[in-house]
Amino acid sequence: MNLDNEAKGSEDSLEQRETAGLSQGQIVLRRFVRHRAAMISLFVLVFIILFVFTAGGLALGTTENPIRIMGWWKWDFTDLPPLQGIMGEPTLDVFPEFIDGTGMAIGDHPFGQDSIGQDYFSLVIRGAQQSITVMFIIGAVAAFIGTFMGAISGFFGKWIDQLIMRFVDLIITIPTLIIGAVIGIQIGNLGVFFLALFLGLVSWTGLSRLVRGEFLTLREREFVDAARVAGASNLRIIFKHILPNAIGVVIVSVSLLMSGAILLETALSYLGFGVVAPDTSLGALISANQDSFTVYPWLFWWPGLFIVTIALCINFIGDGLRDAFDPRQKRRITRKDRAAGRLLKKQS
Amino acid sequence: MIQYILRRLGALLLVLLGSTFLIYNLTAVSGDPLEDLRLSTEPNAQFLLEKAIKDLQLDVPPPVRYFNWLIGILGLAGAGPTFGLTLEGSAVIDIIGMAVPITIRLVIISTILSIVIGISIGIISALRQYSRFDYSITFIAFLFFSLPIFWVAVLLKQFAAIEFNNFLYDPVISLNWMIGFAFVGAFIFAGVLGGGRNRFFITLAGAFAVNFAVLYYISATGWLLTPSLGPVLITAMAIGIAFGITQLSTGIANRRVLFISLGLAALTPVFYFVLQPVFSETFEGSTMWLLALATVAVGYLTGFVFGGDDRGPAARTGMFVAFLSAGLIVLDRFMQSWDEYYNNEWIFGRPIATVGDSIPDIGGDYWVMGVDGFTHLLLPTAALMLVSVAGYVRYSRASLLEVLNQDYIRTARAKGLTERTVIMRHAFRNALIPLTTIMAFDFAGILGGAIITEQVFAWRGMGTLFNTGLAKFDLNLVMAVVLITSVSALLFNLIADLVYSALDPRIRVTK
Repeated sequence: MNLDNEAKGSEDSLEQRETAGLSQGQIVLRRFVRHRAAMISLFVLVFIILFVFTAGGLALGTTENPIRIMGWWKWDFTDLPPLQGIMGEPTLDVFPEFIDGTGMAIGDHPFGQDSIGQDYFSLVIRGAQQSITVMFIIGAVAAFIGTFMGAISGFFGKWIDQLIMRFVDLIITIPTLIIGAVIGIQIGNLGVFFLALFLGLVSWTGLSRLVRGEFLTLREREFVDAARVAGASNLRIIFKHILPNAIGVVIVSVSLLMSGAILLETALSYLGFGVVAPDTSLGALISANQDSFTVYPWLFWWPGLFIVTIALCINFIGDGLRDAFDPRQKRRITRKDRAAGRLLKKQS
Repeated sequence: MIQYILRRLGALLLVLLGSTFLIYNLTAVSGDPLEDLRLSTEPNAQFLLEKAIKDLQLDVPPPVRYFNWLIGILGLAGAGPTFGLTLEGSAVIDIIGMAVPITIRLVIISTILSIVIGISIGIISALRQYSRFDYSITFIAFLFFSLPIFWVAVLLKQFAAIEFNNFLYDPVISLNWMIGFAFVGAFIFAGVLGGGRNRFFITLAGAFAVNFAVLYYISATGWLLTPSLGPVLITAMAIGIAFGITQLSTGIANRRVLFISLGLAALTPVFYFVLQPVFSETFEGSTMWLLALATVAVGYLTGFVFGGDDRGPAARTGMFVAFLSAGLIVLDRFMQSWDEYYNNEWIFGRPIATVGDSIPDIGGDYWVMGVDGFTHLLLPTAALMLVSVAGYVRYSRASLLEVLNQDYIRTARAKGLTERTVIMRHAFRNALIPLTTIMAFDFAGILGGAIITEQVFAWRGMGTLFNTGLAKFDLNLVMAVVLITSVSALLFNLIADLVYSALDPRIRVTK
């Protein structure tokens, strides 16, 4: 019993000692870095982003006058190379010679070719680019509008609050997939940028509710009164005094919103209400190749694996951020920490 | 209270007006519903075109047409409420009427199962926080959360239907698979039980041996082709249920309640033989409801009469034990019809279906139809459940951890209550309160159907209606689905708020 208490005491002081003299931001950063799954996910995500954007290059501009910047991969997603092998099998071979008799190879078409011979690697890369673009644009648009709307709604209250919150109710009433499909069928042909922009315009509602809730409690705090007495304007109080205190909620819910966004975009493209041909997307690739699963399984596996990996990374990063921002979150005390605590105690 | 509800309903109507107006006009300007007819070379295309324009008022600008649609919905046009006509000219209400039962059948089972399974796993995961089990569950939940449902659905079709049907031609499980399955099962079981390292490995070994034996029996006797439980196994399982439910509700130490549930379990073999002739080929579905009600009543009354001082808990325990034990008998009866179903000429030896909601011409009795429903429901339900179970696991785990940190839990422990009472009475009930909102949201989605899942598995429910309606710009069809989903979402939200305030007295709805 006594020993238990001592260990407890050393744990608390351990927590305090580690955070002593650090700013809030530094504490959050430290906690995040310590979240192993989140850090691994962050690295994987950054790697995927760099990989797909350097390999595939950039396709900007409109369908009529496209602006292309080529990447380092030899095929473009619009190329039509001749079909190799019997049915365009993947040439990727990750096993070295002593396992399966053939050496490691990347080959001409690492992910194989689809039914008309297009290089599947470049198609998947292009699809991943689209999904990542959509994810970030939806996240950015929703974060900006949601924070702004939630902030003024929670800060000013009264009729502004009523107006904004009824509008939020209005959007939330309609299931996301339905409103997304209705938008997608109009905007989809304008390209992925506009699709994401308009999807972002209807995805901010949940975030704005959370931000409003934060503002409702924070605006009653003493430091807000102090700022007001000191003569700060409303805008200054909102953006300089309250918003930094609510930033945790914003970051965490935007990260979760982004993982929802990537699934939304792929689902819309799968149903045919999102990105349309000649451009492609991960959802459209799965939709086009799902029936040939038995014959060409690789056409089905790769786009799906990219969706799952990206969404999984975002989810883990979101989880790490939530843990990092949560002040009640106690660090898990490992055996090593206990030993260090006991050692310190003995020395003192 | 009444005033609050009325005010909310008023706001609800305004919100509905706004959202339907928005969607109506967005859909209306997104494409030309008559494109097919314009390009058609049929001799009567011109006539159909004019008829469609006249019937659907396509010459009226959308914002004005919206108000005509609204007048139709409210029944102000004099002919009663109407959803209007589809592009093909049939009444939308008839089509919706056919789609709703299909959708409900698909979604309600997966919703209920997800809630029960998800919350159970989440609770166990929270109680074993930072254990192997917890880490594995957290990872799996995140993984399922990140899965696109259309991708999972195709995988399920390939592996759970096509490959499994191939396997059924010669249902011999290979040794590697047996070891794999047995180990995974044992690992989960040992993880749930928890305890120290030694206990973990002992449970692991024991569970592995049991699993392996069961799998070997299944493989060697071809049980998958002629499945049945039989009276002995049913009785044994009923006794297990009796112990389990009693442990959760009052604890084994309460002998009176334990004996009541064991007594009910001991009745199971009697009912097994009594019910066999009742469960004949002429059995009707309505009788099943009566039997279920009677079972629950018998269980409840037994507990109530013999419960003594613990009348309430004993009655509830008896109800659950009776219902679950009787469920085993029914399950066994369905299994007996598996052979007949498998050899039906419409099955072609491939029982697990990949598309559709039933085989219309199967023509069997109640039991065969039941098995048919099961084989068609299996894959879509699994696909829907994977995602929503993960959500419930996350939410219920977080919710229980939150509650376990509260002061009243410490108080309950300090005054010497058993761990079971603290968890089941004090923590679990309070942890469920925040989940009501999410459950309400899920139930609200039932009527709207599952757009993607229905598409992949070719169920003709509400989601498919929305899909085809939107692809053809069939405005009345799309709007009917949108209206039904929106109304149920708003109503369930209101219900959730009311239930929340009833469950948690700290929250008052009338502020």
